[in-house]
Amino acid sequence: MSDNVQQYITKTQADYARCIDDDRLEEWPNFFHGPCLYKITTSSNYRDGLEAGIVFANSRGMLSDRVSALRDANIYERQSYRHILGQPSIISKEGPMVRSETSFLVARILQDGDTSIYATGRYFDLYEIADEAAKLNERTVVCDSSRIDTLLALPL
Amino acid sequence: MNKIVLPPNESSPASWPEGLTRVPYWVFQDQKIYAEEQRRIFQGPNWHYLALEVELAEAGDFLTTQVGDTPVIVTRDSDSEIYAFENRCAHRGALICLEHRGKHRKDFSCVYHAWNYDPQGNLTGVAFKDGVKGKGGMPDSFKMEQHGPRKLRIAILHGLIFGSFSEDVPSIEEYLGEEILTRIERVLGGRTPVVLGRFTQVLPNNWKLYMENVKDSYHASILHLFFTTFELNRLSQKGGIIVDESGGHHVSYSAIDPDAEKDVEYAKQQLRSESEYKLADPTLLQGFDEYHDGVTLQILSVFPTFVLQQIQNAIAVRQIVPRAVDKTDLNWTYLGFADDTPEQRLTRIKQGNLVGPAGYISMEDGCVGGFVQRGIAGASDERAVLEMGGAEAKSSESRVTESSVRGFWKAYRANMGL
Ligand code: FES
Ligand SMILES: [Fe+2]
Repeated sequence: MSDNVQQYITKTQADYARCIDDDRLEEWPNFFHGPCLYKITTSSNYRDGLEAGIVFANSRGMLSDRVSALRDANIYERQSYRHILGQPSIISKEGPMVRSETSFLVARILQDGDTSIYATGRYFDLYEIADEAAKLNERTVVCDSSRIDTLLALPL
Repeated sequence: MNKIVLPPNESSPASWPEGLTRVPYWVFQDQKIYAEEQRRIFQGPNWHYLALEVELAEAGDFLTTQVGDTPVIVTRDSDSEIYAFENRCAHRGALICLEHRGKHRKDFSCVYHAWNYDPQGNLTGVAFKDGVKGKGGMPDSFKMEQHGPRKLRIAILHGLIFGSFSEDVPSIEEYLGEEILTRIERVLGGRTPVVLGRFTQVLPNNWKLYMENVKDSYHASILHLFFTTFELNRLSQKGGIIVDESGGHHVSYSAIDPDAEKDVEYAKQQLRSESEYKLADPTLLQGFDEYHDGVTLQILSVFPTFVLQQIQNAIAVRQIVPRAVDKTDLNWTYLGFADDTPEQRLTRIKQGNLVGPAGYISMEDGCVGGFVQRGIAGASDERAVLEMGGAEAKSSESRVTESSVRGFWKAYRANMGL
């Protein structure tokens, strides 16, 4: 069972990363289920227990709003990401609910071709395992650095 | 990014145009100007935001920050007073403190040769001062009290700690003036702030381009679709601009005015901001009446690099730190208050989506400065045009004005002798 859990989570995370990197952002909110929470913060804020995020969403509506704002409202230069994910570590398991931690590295590619390491950090996730799949309920993105280059438009 | 910028031909006081409506682009590009700013503005007779008093709540608390290029340590000593001194060892100049913040600190010891300082910045110990076995050591003429990092003067205002390297800076009250003081008090007076988060946005532009942006009420409803669509800020709303006597400080504010909603001026201009955009989860913008004066937005700046923000219930202080001619750190500290209910706290955190590096309205301010910095490359001798709302740097009921941007340049030139 726990081998499978690991596999389910790995698959969900790979799909999640491809979704963003392929610029299918409209599908991104569908990765979240139930009482969803998505937050981007920094490791020092996380360690100090500071509540605010760089991005904070506690409904799927707020996630959709992020995407439509990026498409229709916000001004920024075109850019894309390449997510490189580590293996998920299972932190805890209670019935179908599984907590995991996964390292990520995100490179950002700007329209002039400049590619740089934009963020490294960890995903702290809460998954619900059902129907042989891991569904994401909560994702807290904890960036290692508290410095964000210029702006954070696309989700991490 | 690391381009070699050709030195401007005309970066001299003589080439600064008359009046306040033209700004030569070399002022954002010139290495000599950057160095001169460090001397005249950041070391000069101005007050610089250092930290919040609540971040140094107990004796022994300390943190490190910057005043321009200069690293600074801020402490609360056992006498409960706040002190600040340059984070530079009096021996050979190493950083005295490498940590960002911490607690229970009774002294600071330089890692290089262990010279030791008390929390007020006095040199209290020199390793091997008397030599070893009667050999070596400091000469008798060396007096510890004659050596130490430079100390800053401190002023505390509604929980904001300001510091200055200058002996000539007037009191903070005199420096800010009545109107600015009142508007700081409006947001922070008599309340205990709580830090909700800290983030740094690295801006690809000169620090002055960010300060211009903060003072530029003209762009707000054009660049930021969010402001307009959700009636956070329209130039047609009730509001105004306050520019202080020096020009350097400003307040821009607006109040909800339902009559202005369907203002024809906006339709006429055919702006992008007249779109059909709607939020799927409008709770983001459902705030609470915090100040009972109808003002939903108040952006306040203190010369040279401090901003206090109220955007609905998203309260934050912003500290702007120049890093290079074309690089700036924008330090955000999001605030709540000790007496917030859980619902109010959640509202502030949700509205945090409006500001910071990913802010629906602030992410754009993070990149427009870079657009200007890149746009003016190769045009050092050209000038910006600041004629919106006239030629003066005065308070105004209209926010369709560049009055406070001109005010910034008035104060800047007075500081720089330009
Ligand atoms: S540089 Fe600090 S003790 Fe020598
Ligand atoms: Fe703006």
